[in-house]
Amino acid sequence: MYRYDEFDERFVRERVKQFRGQVERRLSGALSDDEFRPLRLKNGVYLQLHAYMLRIAVPYGTLNSRQLRQLALIGERYDRGYGHFTTRQNLQFNWPKLKDVPDILDLLADVEMHCIQTSGNCIRNVTADHFAGIAADEVEDPRPTSELIRQWSSLHPEFSYLPRKFKIAVTGAAHDRAAVAAHDIGIRILKHPQTGEVGYRIFVGGGLGRTPMIAKTVRDFLPKADLLAYLEAIMRVYNLEGRRDNKYKARVKILVHEMGLEPFREAVEAEFAKLDGPSVNADPAEAARIAAYFAPPAYETLPASDASYEAARAASPDFARWADVNLFPHKVPGYAALTISLKPIGGVPGDATSEQMRVVADLAERYSFDELRVTHRQNLVLPHVKLSDLHAVWQALVAAGLATANDGLITDIIACPGLDYCALATARSIPIAQSISQRFGSYERQREIGPLEIKISGCINACGHHHVGHIGILGLEKSGQESYQVTLGGDASEDAALGVLLGPGIKGEEVPDAIERIVAVYLRERVPGERFVDAVKRLGLGPFKPALTGAPTRELADAH
Amino acid sequence: MLIDRNGATSEAWNRVSGADAATVTRPLVPFAEIDAALAALSDGAELGIEVPNTIRLAALEPHLVRVALVSIVFPAFSDGRGFSLGRQLREYGYAGRLRAAGPLITDQFPYALACGFDEVDLPEASAARQPPELWVAALGVMSNTYQRGYQSGGNILDQRRAARRNFAGGRP
Repeated sequence: MYRYDEFDERFVRERVKQFRGQVERRLSGALSDDEFRPLRLKNGVYLQLHAYMLRIAVPYGTLNSRQLRQLALIGERYDRGYGHFTTRQNLQFNWPKLKDVPDILDLLADVEMHCIQTSGNCIRNVTADHFAGIAADEVEDPRPTSELIRQWSSLHPEFSYLPRKFKIAVTGAAHDRAAVAAHDIGIRILKHPQTGEVGYRIFVGGGLGRTPMIAKTVRDFLPKADLLAYLEAIMRVYNLEGRRDNKYKARVKILVHEMGLEPFREAVEAEFAKLDGPSVNADPAEAARIAAYFAPPAYETLPASDASYEAARAASPDFARWADVNLFPHKVPGYAALTISLKPIGGVPGDATSEQMRVVADLAERYSFDELRVTHRQNLVLPHVKLSDLHAVWQALVAAGLATANDGLITDIIACPGLDYCALATARSIPIAQSISQRFGSYERQREIGPLEIKISGCINACGHHHVGHIGILGLEKSGQESYQVTLGGDASEDAALGVLLGPGIKGEEVPDAIERIVAVYLRERVPGERFVDAVKRLGLGPFKPALTGAPTRELADAH
Repeated sequence: MLIDRNGATSEAWNRVSGADAATVTRPLVPFAEIDAALAALSDGAELGIEVPNTIRLAALEPHLVRVALVSIVFPAFSDGRGFSLGRQLREYGYAGRLRAAGPLITDQFPYALACGFDEVDLPEASAARQPPELWVAALGVMSNTYQRGYQSGGNILDQRRAARRNFAGGRP
């Protein structure tokens, strides 16, 4: 993974010093509260319902064991002994004190980490496929591109006061695990259909929030060397033309929608043509310097199967059940990537204690070339584990309460912090996730249901990505009561789609029953091998509508 | 208060209407009144224009040859359009003076300079809280940036390139 050179190191140290200075200037009155607010946000410091929240950047979701141990230490020393992994592959601490933040930043800088641009109206922490470098369907590892973008977007002089936040995601694979269509800019690495040259397809104008939109292609094929100049062209058009009169219409998706895709593309291409590419782009040697950090680790030459792994599977049904669900095939024979679920049945999605972080750090160091990943589904991944080591890893995970076998299943729920923490929330998310998780906790039942992504947001801002959940749940406040809207058919993959509202809002305590009835319709109607979301796409909402409120229908009565 | 990279500086320009451009030295007129100003001024006289940050570069281009100061209004510090407009002007080749006029904060000073601005014209309320020494100090906080092509002291990518060249000992 990437390591800081002297320049990166100095940059982050100076940034910490700058933030200390900003806090001091706020205290001295040199900065008004209105002026300080965006400065603290651009350093990841939010004021939440009960306390400050600090959001730490985990660029493209990659961590090493030293970094995770440091996060564990910070969680213990400055928080309540745990942290929360987010849908942007970041880590949040929910209870730090403002006065401690500069010290926390120093501890982060010690392990090449920071909070730069994890909030505010700027280019946010870039995200990428959490199986980067592992997946067989990958054209190229997206992390070198992501790292280049991380550096280029850090404290950008022209684009630090944008109309609104700006999110970029990169995937290098055919199957989109980075939800690029739900980002302001999505980047797909691909081969030119004629020449075979590796380059980028650039999508723009995706996003969730109160006006969800799927991103559109603005450039079919961009040569790799032109990336930064092309991004500057897009950012400049957005910075100049994006709406600033209404924060709810300020994202680039609205600009693309209001201008129209073609005029937007023309404006970007005109700006790109005027930019002096060679003076803006990274030279190939710099791109190669970064890429070298992501060279494959020193894999052993192994057979594709392993007798000890098969024997352990045969001896331990629990291990086999976990392995069936939480492993991801590695492109290198004899290895697997494994998902460490942060979704224990009935638990808080994405939370990990400092103890658990240390366990995972130890496992990464010992079994996975000192590397781990954070996924946008709020889980962790050990990317390169030998098949022969899987049983030992699993045993350690079991002991730490981290061996829940539910990756991609109905209890692998994404949920925003909701009204339990967030000042923007209109309803609770976590307790809803917990109640669904408890309802569907049985492994056999989850396997019978198969892949099903539930995503829950506690307000219209959609941090829980409910629009692209196979089942999306949006918590709102209706005349003093929490009310939950259910959408079906959302999809964050390369078949990106927005979920469609199933009917009127229901009460929180009714949600598990409604989900249960919806799932029952699916189980009844599906054809063999058909996933939930595919069944919804085939059937439409019709058969599912009665299930929302449990209005009796003949079909359902028959089913029971 | 007018600030440049050395601290407080004195105002050399005089705000007047376009029609009154010839009544002062170095008139600074609203862009909408540039025709009246040019009609009033003799050929060699310096002219400054104040432009809103919503104006497009194309609208300014025909006039730039005749202008010695462009003052871009920042209606709020959080409105970053002026950074892009300033940068566009410099990319176009505008070589006159470039001013950011509005309630900027010191943290934005390095950004403004990097985008091609020479100076910041602060309203009194902002200036009272942010004395000149804070502006000069803000320039020394981050010694390097990652972006190439901006007018900042040295960017990291080019320094890495130079280091590679030195390391290679001049070999191709």
